[in-house]
Amino acid sequence: MAKRDRLSGNEAVAIALRQINPDVFPAFPITPSTEIPQYFASYVANGLVDTEFITVESEHSSMSAAIGASAAGARSLTATSSCGLAYMWEELYIAASNRLPLALALVNRALSGPININCDHSDSMGARDAGWIQIYAENNQEAYDNMAQAYRISEHEDVRLPIMICQDGFITSHAVENMELLEDGEVKSFVGEYNPEEYLLNADSPMAVGPYSITDYYMEAKRNQAEGMKNVSRVVLEVAKEFAELSGREYGLFEEYRLEDAEYAVVIIGSAAGTTKDAIDLLREKGEKVGMLKIRLYRPFPAEEIAEALRNVKAIAVMDRAESYTNHGGPLGADVMAALFRAKSQALAVNYIYGLGGRDVRVEDMEGVFETLRQIDRDGDAGEMYRYLGVRE
Amino acid sequence: MSSLTEIRWHGRGGQGAKTAALLLADVAFQTGKYVQGFPEYGPERMGAPITAYNRISDTRIRVHSNIYAPDYVVVVDESLLEAVDVTSGLKKEGGILINTEKTKEEVLPHLKGYEGKVFLIDARKVSMETIGRYFPNTPLLAAIVKVAGIMDEETFLREMRASFAHKFASKPEVIDGNMKALEMALKEVHG
Repeated sequence: MAKRDRLSGNEAVAIALRQINPDVFPAFPITPSTEIPQYFASYVANGLVDTEFITVESEHSSMSAAIGASAAGARSLTATSSCGLAYMWEELYIAASNRLPLALALVNRALSGPININCDHSDSMGARDAGWIQIYAENNQEAYDNMAQAYRISEHEDVRLPIMICQDGFITSHAVENMELLEDGEVKSFVGEYNPEEYLLNADSPMAVGPYSITDYYMEAKRNQAEGMKNVSRVVLEVAKEFAELSGREYGLFEEYRLEDAEYAVVIIGSAAGTTKDAIDLLREKGEKVGMLKIRLYRPFPAEEIAEALRNVKAIAVMDRAESYTNHGGPLGADVMAALFRAKSQALAVNYIYGLGGRDVRVEDMEGVFETLRQIDRDGDAGEMYRYLGVRE
Repeated sequence: MSSLTEIRWHGRGGQGAKTAALLLADVAFQTGKYVQGFPEYGPERMGAPITAYNRISDTRIRVHSNIYAPDYVVVVDESLLEAVDVTSGLKKEGGILINTEKTKEEVLPHLKGYEGKVFLIDARKVSMETIGRYFPNTPLLAAIVKVAGIMDEETFLREMRASFAHKFASKPEVIDGNMKALEMALKEVHG
């Protein structure tokens, strides 16, 4: 039986982790993700989990320890934000290239500088090419549900790649909202036991993890990672289907909101999607055909499916909560534009940079974005494709 | 009361404005409402102005922005009346609740001609007489529940007692003081 509750996003993810009861959780605190290991430490102290909780001296070490534990055959994870993720950079690639299924509870926060503790996606967007699966959440419910599904995707025999479960710093991590929790036993049996095929502590089958790879083999190793990534979308959908049977909550690679007959669409990631839904409902009441595509799975990027979902749209605004300094847009913009190009889309498209360092996004802001889409459709010209939303010039 | 009530809290770091917003979300949730309670952080330090927000609704809440046109504002620290534009966007059909020992006549000049209702409570007096230390958020929580009509007093007190029993499980001796603070605040708040 589902239990109604009201929790912050951090507590929701911590509860999912308690229900999963992973083997090893090395942790180092950083705002706004600190509460996740903080709550979890209390579960350890109270005997609610039998996880090995290791307090380490840095994020470089927390990810290293999570990798070591995973290589040894344990189900492991850590949590971090912003500069903590930056300090893990080297290890992110080690985890992925060794095909280690482990989880990172990421609470998105701007990278310095200027130093800032609030939300944007610059931390995880910077890590998008590290070989990790990335899944994003709009609200606390989704952060919890995504965490519950994480290991089923990451540990799947056709995938075996690390997974980043992302939520927006403060906006969801520190906001108390209504949500539904699954029973402990339901999550436990859904996630299941982890039985790795090969692992370091298996004395019957000695192996090496992370040896030097000369030119002769390095490229094959990277190609091998790509093969795992190719299977992720299918596995994400399979796991989501099973999760829907358990919870009644449906997930896909992305969410389409009133997109079916939409002429103008916003493509967006994270908490601002909820704000965009309110803007869409207001505009729909006035008879405007507007909709949204909210990215859930960002790595790998479901390009064909996204282009297909946007096939009838006349004008698109892709919203990036991170800069890429290409002078023509952000990372999501580049991915969506490439997907549209490959699908020979004729839609007009612009790419907004918004919400950096926690800059607030209001319903009115998103109504303004749709107004811009109407305008460029009337003009038949996207004009400047690289724009900033809500910035003082 | 319309389906959505939006409240903005102005306090200083360390005074518990964020905790009060979370407690209000908690107690409203217990009566079946959809809720949001969240802080807006500036510099993380004691004494710096901080803002916290509540949305309380009969329907699911999806918006994730701050609140610019609140129905109610709570001022936890009256020194903020001069430092922050506390009535910014405040609906005149709503009201402002201020923690102060001053009279309405003394406070009004700081409210930039705000036309809505003004409610006052001396949360220091309530807190010192009931808890014995200065925790303004407990009396203010009771006061805002009353003036904004979030729920009836009996339900509020019942839910808060259950909430305190959970929150203060390891130090039950503080529950009575906090309950007395809520009860006294319900009587003390005045227009």
